[in-house]
Amino acid sequence: MDELIPYIYKPHPVTGITNGKFGTWLFLASEVMLFGALFSAYIMLRLGSESWPRGYQELHVAWAAFNTVVLIFSSVTIVMSWVSLKLNQFGKFRLYMGLTILCSIVFLVVKGIEYSDKFHHEHFPWTSNFFAVYFTLTGLHALHIIGGIVVNAYLMFPGSKLWKENPEQFTGRIECAGLYWHFVDLVWIFLFPTIYLL
Amino acid sequence: MSASAEEVKKHIGLYWGVFGALLVLTAVTVGVGFYHLPMHYAIIVCLVIALTKGSLVAGYFMHLIGEKKVIYWVLALTVFFFFLVLLLPVITVQEDSVAGSMWSPAPAGAVPAEAPATHE
Repeated sequence: MDELIPYIYKPHPVTGITNGKFGTWLFLASEVMLFGALFSAYIMLRLGSESWPRGYQELHVAWAAFNTVVLIFSSVTIVMSWVSLKLNQFGKFRLYMGLTILCSIVFLVVKGIEYSDKFHHEHFPWTSNFFAVYFTLTGLHALHIIGGIVVNAYLMFPGSKLWKENPEQFTGRIECAGLYWHFVDLVWIFLFPTIYLL
Repeated sequence: MSASAEEVKKHIGLYWGVFGALLVLTAVTVGVGFYHLPMHYAIIVCLVIALTKGSLVAGYFMHLIGEKKVIYWVLALTVFFFFLVLLLPVITVQEDSVAGSMWSPAPAGAVPAEAPATHE
C-alpha cells in the first residue's frame, strides 16, 4: 500500500512529516479562515451597532464554563489515547477515546440545554444581531463537535482494525484526529470569552 | 510527531500539567468576568488569557513545539491572512455610517442611513 500511496506513515523527505499530517494542518488552516471570517463579522456587527448586550447579561456563563472544562478534558483524553497507542496499550487507547467521545456528547447535551432555554425565552437567531452571532458561531462549532464524534467513534470501533495490520499508520490517524479535536477545543477557548464574557 | 515510546512516556506528566494550567486559566477567565471590567480592559484581559491557553494547547497537545518547519510556514501564512480577514473590514473607512468610523466621527448633520439592524 505504501508503494501505491507513499509517505502514509513514513515521513515525506521534503516536508519531514506524513502526507496525512500535512493535509490535516492544511485543512486546519482553512478552518482558521472559516472561523476567522465569522469572528470578523462579529466584530463588524458589534462595532457598527448602537447597543450590544454584554454576554453575561444574556447567556449562562456557568454552563459555558462547565463546557470549557469538559472540552479541555477531552483534549487531554485524546492525547492520552495517542500516547496509549505509542506505548502499545490498545485497551487504554479505547478507554481514552471513549472518554473523549463521552465528553463530546456531554458538551452537546449542555449546548442543547442552553439552546432550549434560549428558545423557551423566545430568543432565536433572528431575534437580534447578538443572538444571530451567538447561534451562528456556537452552532457551527457544535457541528464540528458532531463531525469529531463521528470520526472518533469510527476510529474507536470499525477503524481500529488497522491497528492489527499497520499499528504505525493507525497511530498516525489518531494523531491527525487529535489535531482536529484540539483545533475544535482551540476555537471554543476563543469563543467562550468573546461571546459569553465580553 | 515521530517520538519514540520512551520519549512519549516522559511527556505524560507534562500533558496533565498543561491540563491543570488550562483549568486554572479557565477559572481566572471566569473570575475576571465577574468583575465586569470596562470593555477595553475586558477585551485585553480575555484575549491575553485565551492566547495563553491557545498556545498551551497548540504547543503541547498539538505538538507544535518541535514540529517540522513546513508546519510553521503554513501557520505563519494562516495567521497573516487571519488577521487580514479580521481587521480589513474594521479598518476600512465608512464615510456614511451613523456611528462613523474608527478614525473619524460621523459628519455633523449627517442624515443617518438605514439604521443598524439591532432589534429586540
